Amino acid sequence: MRFEDVFRAEWGRVLAALVGFCGDVDVAEEAAQEAFAAAAQRWERDGPPEHARAWLVAVGRNRAVDRLRRERRLAERARLAAAAAVAGPSGGPAATVPDERLELVFMCCHPALAPEARVALTLRALGGLSTAEIARAFLVPEETMKRRLTRARTKVRAAAIPFAVPGPDTLPERLAAVLAVVYLIFNQGYGDGRVDLAAEAVRLGRTLRALLPDEPEVGALLALMLLHDSRRAARVRDGELVLLADQDRTRWNAAQLAEGRALLDDAVTLGATGPYAVQAAIAALQTEDPIDWPSVAALYARLGRLTGSPVVELNRAVAVAEVYGPAAGLAIVDALDLDGYRYLHSTRAELLRRLGDAAAPAPRTTGRWTSPRPTPNAATCTAAAPGCPEPNRATRAHQSSDSRGQGRRPPAQPRESLKKCTRVAGKVCASCGQALAAPSVSRTAAAMPAMPSALGCTGAAGAVGTRPSIHLRPAAGRRRARWSGCRCPRTRRPPRPPGRRASR
Amino acid sequence: MRYALLINESPTGYADLDEAGRAAVTADYLQLMADPQVLDGDRLEPGETATTVRLTDGQVMLTDGPFADTKEILGGFILVEAPDLDAALALARRIPALRHGGVVEVRPVRERPAARR
Repeated sequence: MRFEDVFRAEWGRVLAALVGFCGDVDVAEEAAQEAFAAAAQRWERDGPPEHARAWLVAVGRNRAVDRLRRERRLAERARLAAAAAVAGPSGGPAATVPDERLELVFMCCHPALAPEARVALTLRALGGLSTAEIARAFLVPEETMKRRLTRARTKVRAAAIPFAVPGPDTLPERLAAVLAVVYLIFNQGYGDGRVDLAAEAVRLGRTLRALLPDEPEVGALLALMLLHDSRRAARVRDGELVLLADQDRTRWNAAQLAEGRALLDDAVTLGATGPYAVQAAIAALQTEDPIDWPSVAALYARLGRLTGSPVVELNRAVAVAEVYGPAAGLAIVDALDLDGYRYLHSTRAELLRRLGDAAAPAPRTTGRWTSPRPTPNAATCTAAAPGCPEPNRATRAHQSSDSRGQGRRPPAQPRESLKKCTRVAGKVCASCGQALAAPSVSRTAAAMPAMPSALGCTGAAGAVGTRPSIHLRPAAGRRRARWSGCRCPRTRRPPRPPGRRASR
Repeated sequence: MRYALLINESPTGYADLDEAGRAAVTADYLQLMADPQVLDGDRLEPGETATTVRLTDGQVMLTDGPFADTKEILGGFILVEAPDLDAALALARRIPALRHGGVVEVRPVRERPAARR
């Protein structure tokens, strides 16, 4: 194993152990750096020790104690002496080092820090990126990034931002903040070739999932990132963005795609119904051929309700246009208050162009965002109509698209991952976005009479592969039940008192 | 460690309350002040009673009214002893002024060197 690989693999854990030991992120980071520098020298000479991590932590602890002694921080020394007494007099490297990365993540992503500081701290502490690398990734001068990190560390110390996993009552909001930081890193890295932030975010996502395997939204976020990232190589050609429908599918990363789908299935099985799961389901559906547009539209409707974002609504308009024709899409677009958003205008122009095509008996043209367009059939629309609060709207849309007289497409074969995507979608009308009674909106769902409703289902053995049961209860109740009943022992650990407590 | 919870009140927030509303706010403050983590705290007289002192070229300049020209005015403070920021934030969340347009600033108190020994 190359030293660089050891560094990448162990930095976060070693740093976390040292922060846990001395209660000061600044001291811990310097000590970790010195430990890795010492390791680089020594390992070149003698080869790596048997317990590399324990060796690094032991060396780091000694360096931390040295620095605190030098600075005569009496209070910290008192605490260290107490810690040493507990550890025993030998001071030799133990073979096992407790994993305290989760405490470190929650500290770095604390909402009391500015968002850009959370991102920088997380990349530095968990990812092991240098200040220069982080500065380059965010296109700011290194000096600026250095100040940002210093300011953040100072606040962590002075305000005693805890190095602890939050208790069950605040865990949901705090975990959401952590996931937001990771997704922010992922999106910043999107398409930027300098520092691979997307890969860094995926790595962080993997770490989080390993630490919190029972949290559905953690797996959903990792799935979302992998599904997006799998198309990275096909997204740009000759410096130009390539639209989804025109992408060379052979350049998609099949392994990432498969892993993303599997993770999404797992997350949904665990009960993921949040925005990351819905976005991942949309991303998974969009890699199908042909694309199941009714399900995509239903998922966008759900995402719109979760986020309240008009941009999501614009995306839904595109999907609705694919199902019910351009008039139905235009109706949604024209109701949006998004005048300053340029994609609103390009979408509107494309829909108008299609509307013109549909009115005139012109030869069939290929759509800009899909090729060829799937055409809704009567079965789709009758499946959508019962229980839809706005049946007339769906019917109108159906008629206008059907008037083009295009041929019917056979419905897509329902696949296991698609079923789960649809379950995330719940039962909503693809046209108006409102919740439906049975039957379900999409062809996929209609083909599965035994499929449990996304709301109110408490279990259907065998419906989701190998898992014995699924837990899709109403969001609020489910969440509370999951958090309080979390199997992860770490979430039950009482918060560790910070270093300065000993000063009183 | 100690944190100062600086309560910046919206001037209208409290005045608009009826008798029962005020009584409820007072009861909530009393309950908060009875928490063992609370060391001290006081309510300040309204901003109109403030006098601001400045030195301009060595001359003392006095102005009528509070220093900060903001909508919310420092109306009181609570000094708490808490193990970490999360514990202090949990106390801050209980301050009734938040429900009436107020804003609470949580500031760590710098330990005096003498207090360390």
